[in-house]
Amino acid sequence: MTIQAEPFVVNLGPQHPSTHGVFRLRLTLDGEKIIDADMVMGYLHRSMEKLAEERTYTQNIPFTDRTDYLAAMTGNLAYVIAVEQLCGIEAPERAQWLRTIMCELQRIASHCMAVGIFANDCGAWQTPVMHMLRDREKVLDLFEMACGARLTLNYMRIGGVSRDVPTEFMPAARKLIKELPKKLNEYEDLLLENEIIVERSRGIGVLTPEQAMAHSVSGPMLRASGVAWDIRKADPYAAYDRVDFDIAVGVHGDVYDRFVVRLAEMRQSIKILEQALDLIPEGPVHAQLPTATVQPIDQPVAPLAIRPPIGEAYGRIESPRGELGFYLVSDGSPAPFRFHIRSPSYINLTPLKLMSVGGTVADAIVILGSVDIIVGEVDR
Amino acid sequence: MTKTIAGLDIARRIEQTIPGAVEGAIPEAATVKADKLAEVCTFLRDDPELKFEFLSSLTAVDQLEYFEVVYHLTSIRLNQMTAIKVKETDRENPRVPSVTPIWPGANLQEREAYDLMGIVFEGHPDLRRVFLWDGFDGWPLRKDYLVGPGGRFPGLERFPGESQEPLGGRG
Repeated sequence: MTIQAEPFVVNLGPQHPSTHGVFRLRLTLDGEKIIDADMVMGYLHRSMEKLAEERTYTQNIPFTDRTDYLAAMTGNLAYVIAVEQLCGIEAPERAQWLRTIMCELQRIASHCMAVGIFANDCGAWQTPVMHMLRDREKVLDLFEMACGARLTLNYMRIGGVSRDVPTEFMPAARKLIKELPKKLNEYEDLLLENEIIVERSRGIGVLTPEQAMAHSVSGPMLRASGVAWDIRKADPYAAYDRVDFDIAVGVHGDVYDRFVVRLAEMRQSIKILEQALDLIPEGPVHAQLPTATVQPIDQPVAPLAIRPPIGEAYGRIESPRGELGFYLVSDGSPAPFRFHIRSPSYINLTPLKLMSVGGTVADAIVILGSVDIIVGEVDR
Repeated sequence: MTKTIAGLDIARRIEQTIPGAVEGAIPEAATVKADKLAEVCTFLRDDPELKFEFLSSLTAVDQLEYFEVVYHLTSIRLNQMTAIKVKETDRENPRVPSVTPIWPGANLQEREAYDLMGIVFEGHPDLRRVFLWDGFDGWPLRKDYLVGPGGRFPGLERFPGESQEPLGGRG
């Protein structure tokens, strides 16, 4: 006798801890097997692109904190790099190194969160994530020292950074990167061969290198599939061309490899930081903007506004989640004519259906966890 | 360092292989004809000297007189980048061929451009609203949508004291 079963729909989210924010996944199931996965997004849509088109270039920097709120530094940097390309400005040497230091600290903080929450998704409930949040706090303390904020940092400026770091920053940063490798050993002992994690993630959600590239997947997800593509190496910005580090690459392209790649990247970030803290020169942290780009608007109390020449630019960097790009079109006015964010969280979701179909509901949760989405950046 | 292939160079390459496909070029990008888009994209993806297998970014720009869809392409194997554009002059019913069959990574990005700019990508497997709900009225990223104080159309100034003269170039 065969049992006739009709496919049924399970809503994962929008209010569910495994969706990492307000993100909804409609799974069509045949028994326990997923036969279709549909993403429903937009719960956090704030129309940032439209808002940014009505504000000056400088006023737009805080928006970039609020897209990927776990990696505000990289969001800031991608945007200011695009504006600098548009205006032909180059930040001074010390600012370039400060940017490198801040972005790597941010990568450690963001990956702490990604790995910890991923362990949560696997069922290692709360303990690993608490260890990692403890270490992330220390990075946030450094950010607080540098710019006063912990989450929405607004630290980068067009042509440099907002201010130099205080004298206590460098010793504190050195102390932290001395401690961190021990903590990473601890994480690796705790998680790498952990039965819960290995059983839940090995061989799940596999993407071949060809599939990953065709689906525009970037960041740790692409590298886990075995493609050694890192914009820090391929197209160096800030001071990445002067530091030595390796690209962490996976082999199988499954959920487990993505998790391992993130852990390995934290080690590489420490390696970069060790060099950067030694190599950073003294000097100004903000470039003198050319007068043609900063013109007073004709008014008694003239506010200064950056007016890039007519043109367009696509600035991109390697954020903790992948290729973060800003496409700006300037018409010569103080506001961008078009402001587009190429957000890695959103585009990395493209192959979600491909990865989930055929698996179980439990697989879908770890696959979504391994993409490491930030819904603020998915919806913008 | 990533090699950026300038718009004029990529235009020449395309024109050599697919005569009549290029409409114009600026230093940043080459503009190709919409009816040749699929052919051009397949060439850019498969040519052994170009190998643009990775679609970095796809977005649409409302240039007031026409819409522009901009494709930023990356070749991971050869570490190079370029950009191409497609123009669509019909404001009422803009239609551009989909590149999702060529780069599956365009799927969500085309849905986003449809959702916010109202450009219909012909041949897209699943063209639905993505951030806004079905039945939402209008296309928010168009320049004529909800023009409040600071809008680009008649009369209102966007920034205090900004001159009211029409802006040159793209504005």
